[in-house]
Amino acid sequence: MAECHPVGFQWVMEAKRRGATVIHVDPRFTRTSALADAHVPLRAGSDIAFLGGLINYVLTNELDFREYVVEYTNAAAIVDQEFQDTEDLDGLFSGFDQESMTYNPLSWAYEGARATAAAGHRDMPKPEAGAAAAEEEAGAGAGEEAGSGGPPVPGKPERDPTLQHPRCVYQILKRHFSRYTPDVVEQICGVPKDQFLQVAHAVTRSSGRDKTTAWVYSVGWTQHTVGVQYIRTAAILQLLLGNIGRPGGGILALRGHASIQGSTDIPTLFNLLPGYIPMPHAHHDETLEEFVESDAGSTGFWGNMRAYAVSLLKAWWGPHATEDNDYCFGYLPRLTGDHGTYRTVLDQIAGKVQGYFVIGENPAVGSSNAKLQRLGLANLEWLVVRDLQMIETATFWQNAPELETGELETERIGTEVFFLPAASHTEKDGTFTNTQRLLQWHHKAVEPAGDRRSDLWFYYHLGRRIRQKLATSTDPRDRPVLELTWQYPTEGDHDEPSADAVLREISGVDADGNPLPGYTQLSDDGSTACGCWIYCGCYADGVNQTARRKPGSEQSWVAPEWAWAWPDNRRIIYNRASADPDGRPWSERKAYVWWDREQGRWTGHDTPDFEATKPPDFEPEPGAHAQHALAGTDAFIMQTDGKAWLYVPTGLLDGPLPTHYEPEESPVDNLLYGQRANPARRLYRHPANPYQPRGGDTFPYVFTTYRLTEHHTAGGMSRFLPYLSELQPEFFCEVSPELAAERDLEHGGWATIVTARTAVEARVLVTERMRPLRVQDRVVHQVGVPYHWGPNGISTGDAGNELLPAVLDPNVNIQESKASTCDVVPGRRPRGPDLQRLVADYRTRAGMSGSTDTATNGATTDSTTTDGAVMNRRTGA
Amino acid sequence: MGLKTWLDHWPVYRQLTGTDPLGRGAASKSRRRAELTPRTATAERVVKSVCPYCAVGCGQNVYVDDGTVTQIEGDPDSPISRGRLCPKGAASEQLVNSPTRETKVRYRRPYGTEWEDLDLDTALDMIADRVIQTRRRTWQDTDEHGRYLNRTMGISHLGGATLDNEENYLIKKLYTALGAIQIENQARI
Repeated sequence: MAECHPVGFQWVMEAKRRGATVIHVDPRFTRTSALADAHVPLRAGSDIAFLGGLINYVLTNELDFREYVVEYTNAAAIVDQEFQDTEDLDGLFSGFDQESMTYNPLSWAYEGARATAAAGHRDMPKPEAGAAAAEEEAGAGAGEEAGSGGPPVPGKPERDPTLQHPRCVYQILKRHFSRYTPDVVEQICGVPKDQFLQVAHAVTRSSGRDKTTAWVYSVGWTQHTVGVQYIRTAAILQLLLGNIGRPGGGILALRGHASIQGSTDIPTLFNLLPGYIPMPHAHHDETLEEFVESDAGSTGFWGNMRAYAVSLLKAWWGPHATEDNDYCFGYLPRLTGDHGTYRTVLDQIAGKVQGYFVIGENPAVGSSNAKLQRLGLANLEWLVVRDLQMIETATFWQNAPELETGELETERIGTEVFFLPAASHTEKDGTFTNTQRLLQWHHKAVEPAGDRRSDLWFYYHLGRRIRQKLATSTDPRDRPVLELTWQYPTEGDHDEPSADAVLREISGVDADGNPLPGYTQLSDDGSTACGCWIYCGCYADGVNQTARRKPGSEQSWVAPEWAWAWPDNRRIIYNRASADPDGRPWSERKAYVWWDREQGRWTGHDTPDFEATKPPDFEPEPGAHAQHALAGTDAFIMQTDGKAWLYVPTGLLDGPLPTHYEPEESPVDNLLYGQRANPARRLYRHPANPYQPRGGDTFPYVFTTYRLTEHHTAGGMSRFLPYLSELQPEFFCEVSPELAAERDLEHGGWATIVTARTAVEARVLVTERMRPLRVQDRVVHQVGVPYHWGPNGISTGDAGNELLPAVLDPNVNIQESKASTCDVVPGRRPRGPDLQRLVADYRTRAGMSGSTDTATNGATTDSTTTDGAVMNRRTGA
Repeated sequence: MGLKTWLDHWPVYRQLTGTDPLGRGAASKSRRRAELTPRTATAERVVKSVCPYCAVGCGQNVYVDDGTVTQIEGDPDSPISRGRLCPKGAASEQLVNSPTRETKVRYRRPYGTEWEDLDLDTALDMIADRVIQTRRRTWQDTDEHGRYLNRTMGISHLGGATLDNEENYLIKKLYTALGAIQIENQARI
């Protein structure tokens, strides 16, 4: 965190000054470790075992926050008797189909809820489409579409509040994690038992009524084939300790781009519409009603999804969207499976995708197995790149490494390339959404020079021109384009569209065009229009709430008048849980929102994340809908059952509970189960994407990629700047003195890092910051690889991400870039065709000759808290 | 020039006789330095902004003179950053004023070996044509099971996490209306 979010880290130091214990769990010793009370190095890719060990410690010693757990989580819910755990099936949950490598989640349901769970498995294909379609659909990132609330389950499951029922979630958790003992943690993670127990003591000591612990993480947790389950493990721990929805608690994602949260909320993502409404899937004949029913469930706030969806369709198709035509629901294109970026790149290589827009991103050096990306770029008909600088994605036809090896020739690359210079943040108005869901407006300071334009300008005018060209078309396929609401006021010499007008549309208006105050005002009868329901109210009262800048020194510590947080300007979501079931703060020290009996409403330091006047003792009527079905103690209002889920009865593609699996490429077997890696992980079998076989001595070392303080992602915004290039001038790798001795590496000299994909060269940094770990019966060396470089700019070098395979988490399609295996040898890498020969030789030695299809079946965190321990880890995306 | 004035030019003299015996403050300041004014103090305008790098969202004050950004500093008002910037944020004046930033559209024709010039308006027109043609050619009304698709699989997109919300909104809106679904960004990369 101190490395990649240094200014945010000031608050960790504030907390430490006030007595918090800061623990840093990370394979590497970094600036964060230097300032923490303790640094806990662990093997990259083993965090579920570490966190699972903490969960086991809490459950074994009954240190959970029992009242919170019983009232606010699904610990008491009874699970179907057909459910079988990984403990029963040697690393698989019930419902796994070996042929398709996918799960049928029916048996994971709450008791008596199997039918509903099936219908409620999101907008998946109906049986008529056949098994093949079902398998294809499994890749559609369904696990992510529950972003705004859990997927639907029947209103209230059967419960045993004593937590004694053998099939209640609490008892299932106890059995599931019982083998994650301190000894097992030591053997899997390489963390000595004593050190693990120190962390366990610190975390549990700093949680409860009067204290909270926060966990802070970055892509060191998410970029794994079990990335979602990493976060799930942290969620279970934090819920057991009562650390969610409370000040100083939480699981805090440190995201890596100025508006990466915003581009998830208003998603430039294939499987989502704004506000985490899923993109519809292909069916023979699906109505809006059926789409909503299959997704929304009937209870909890997500039960209002129809209002959110109709308001979005009204924002996009205006008067053309009517009740009679299902509000133009048929205009939305349909998904049939995995349409993520890695799948798309393979389809580019296969010639199925002809056109590609790359906007402010640099996949030619920034994505896993960057060669795949370049092969895709080289096989397009046309490519549009918009960026500040001439990045490698635009120049691949001039300087891709494949030109040197002879795999590509410039004269034979048919891709037509348009490079359009982009405006910078100081040359346009607009909002970024930061990592705490805060929308902050930045004002235009100067006009962009030359052909530089904002992306708002580009897309507005591209759309305008396409509409002009299609204006006389009578093809029904063009109607969604021609009927689109696309009238935005423009200003200035460049006809810049008004970002302010776009934000108003996002925030939403009523039938008379008046700004809406918030999402509870959205209607499903077509009388409201709103481009993103979770952002509804960011333009309340006709005022750009995101541009508010009342100085922090002039307001409360929550700072509610600085910018605007979604939803409804809430700074901590699910903050009902900061009060006890009766609505009183768990302790005075941790008071945040509470029930004011005299006023008959919720009040506090923040906007309460609960219906303002629903009393704590409220009991819903049977059959009630949406939020009306939630009791006064159902703090997790987006969930259909109002409870936070320790156990996930439906919605995930790789199991209802986290389980330790080894990364796709790992030096060791899975100590716990016969099942080595996540059985449902997403593999892309392609000659240019070989996976290394398990074990063996060919690729003996673990490597992990990360960012440096002085550079940014794939380098487009940092490698071209003199200051930053001077501060970090060269690509390097970090190795321990022990590994340096083993491989004869010289500090300051060159090393070549080899995987089955390719080899790259880097300067060697020999440092005790990298520490060999004892894992099972062997010593594991880890190599640190910052990934910022490429051939363009002031500071140049090989791209670390060349080394990685494309293998993904099945729920959200994120790649495993934080734990893989490699070899390291002294000296520079070979040039030209010799490079390919070196890598081919390694493949042969690894037993991969003749086949690249060798997939075997088989992190950490920077952290902080106000009172307690927490971890944190290296950043990437 | 009197002796006193002459001696006053000598930092060691000032250090020995003044209030700064360690020579780390007033004693080390030359007259030239005393006469300088930081460009932030005389800027025509100060524009409120947000750092474009990571997602912490630090406040920035953008100093503008004569239509040019002259400096970017941390905004002390921000309750997030309290005026601080990291090395990247502090270098963002170089980001926006970089001499290697492109100002002109560049075009590489199929099988070409060099960049060519292209008018922005022509480029936009050509791209609009490419989109329309590719969309027509790759359109899918239904799949082999007869299910409704209403889409093109010929057009793909990557990028968004460095853009504004308003930009992402128009991007998603336009592509969805065009039936393009292979839209992705850094959020899962």
